[in-house]
Amino acid sequence: MINIIGRNRFLIIRRSVQLLIILAFVASSRWGWSVLKGNLSSAKVLDSFYLADPFAVLQMFFSGFVASSDLIIGALIVLLFYALVGGRAFCSWVCPLNVVTETAAWLRRKLGLDTTTDNIRIKRNIRYYVLILSLLLSFVLAYAAFEVVSPIGMLQRGLIFGFGMGWAVALSVFLFDLVVLKNGWCGHFCPLGAFYSLAGKLALVEIKHNVDNCTDCMNCFRVCPEPQILKNVTKKTSLIDSGECTNCGRCIDLCEDDALKFVLKNLKNNKNEN
Amino acid sequence: MKKVQEDSSRRAALKTMLRGAGLMGLGGAAWGGVADGLQASELTIRPPAALKEAEFVKACIRCGSCVEACPYDTLALATPDDRTAIGTPYFKPRTTPCYLCTDAPCVKECPSGALDIGKITENDLLNINKSKMGVAVVDQNSCIAFWGIQCDACYRACPLLGEAINLKFERNDRTGKHAIIEPVVNRELCTGCGLCEHACITEKPSIVILPVDIANGKAGSHYIKSWDKNDEKRINTTKEKSAVEANTAEDYLNDPESLFDD
Repeated sequence: MINIIGRNRFLIIRRSVQLLIILAFVASSRWGWSVLKGNLSSAKVLDSFYLADPFAVLQMFFSGFVASSDLIIGALIVLLFYALVGGRAFCSWVCPLNVVTETAAWLRRKLGLDTTTDNIRIKRNIRYYVLILSLLLSFVLAYAAFEVVSPIGMLQRGLIFGFGMGWAVALSVFLFDLVVLKNGWCGHFCPLGAFYSLAGKLALVEIKHNVDNCTDCMNCFRVCPEPQILKNVTKKTSLIDSGECTNCGRCIDLCEDDALKFVLKNLKNNKNEN
Repeated sequence: MKKVQEDSSRRAALKTMLRGAGLMGLGGAAWGGVADGLQASELTIRPPAALKEAEFVKACIRCGSCVEACPYDTLALATPDDRTAIGTPYFKPRTTPCYLCTDAPCVKECPSGALDIGKITENDLLNINKSKMGVAVVDQNSCIAFWGIQCDACYRACPLLGEAINLKFERNDRTGKHAIIEPVVNRELCTGCGLCEHACITEKPSIVILPVDIANGKAGSHYIKSWDKNDEKRINTTKEKSAVEANTAEDYLNDPESLFDD
């Protein structure tokens, strides 16, 4: 039993964090709590200050509207936070769509769909083009272009305020990830993930690989949502310092040889280590 | 030989760029099309003090603070089946109207400025009656008051009773001895709260809230009210040139040739 918990440590903590954040929003909407009011686009914390989605505020800016100072400060707080802990920590620790896509990835592994060779191949860097496109389109259409089609937005608003047909969008992301493309949405298309990848390039919290302990079991490769970032694993001791790492810690959970762990980047020795 | 290689690598790079541009174009066109389709009907009724529709859709960060602040659960965030910009707040007066809270909690909670408190502030005081969420429009064919049956449900429901909706007495020619008591909306004063639409007793409401831009026509600046001293001043300041030369009408009558076909 302890072993099961130990091997799912970070998964359990992440799911709890994701759930608690959504619950805090629901509690404010249903019972008037004031811990977190609003939703993931913008939230008032303890009735005192605001947080805001920096990507949404950026799109608003491109559409030709300068947001209020409350929102700009809120967006900067969020941006700074993720720049320090790793931008894509949002993806695996906060984003509710992550639960959907990780479930799809898990089911894919269980059903053996991962090993089929006839998968379509799409380059993962397409998300950066989607990011550029969402800013361009915000400018052309004069409203935040990603916000009107975002499955993340629809899912999180659905959970807090009621779904409408929003669940169908989450379902299509699930099925796309399950049968069409491994890590399809989060790993290839999501411009919010791309935005946070760039924001978290220089983050302080990273995963360190110790090659001396590694037994080449490949567990981490099988479970990592962004396996391309593990390029040095099994080869040399190094930091996994790609901005695309979501800091989900699933590789640490599944590593049986203590070859992976979270570290705070030592800014001085950083260069020697890579 | 080297030159050929360079050429082919340049060609390959060009191809990649072209393909990239094509993909961006494809993505942009498809995405733009879908987004515009989801973008909504112009018939959406927004919370009080909202910016103009195009500005509002830009400014709203879709956080739902106004929805949570509303004590009557009037407001909702649009879901994909609502035919309104997804995630933005709106309300349907027939289901739940806006009760015009004097302290406007929805407007105060808005962090982005999409709901602009300045629009309902008068002499530094909040005046919710200044809101312009829409304007009430009466269908005179289905409104039973116009048939001669007595009903003043909308008039009684109006929070600006006697101002935004008035009753007008007309003679009932059918019976010859009764009055027809017609509800008449004053568009200047109507807030668009929708209490009238909510109260309307006909199966489908005969008084409905429409966005101001949809409901109101526009005469054009070349019409000037000569009986209105202020409006008549415009005749001196107007820069519009007449489409017809002053003499053309006279010339036309003095030149019989042009009256006949060849």
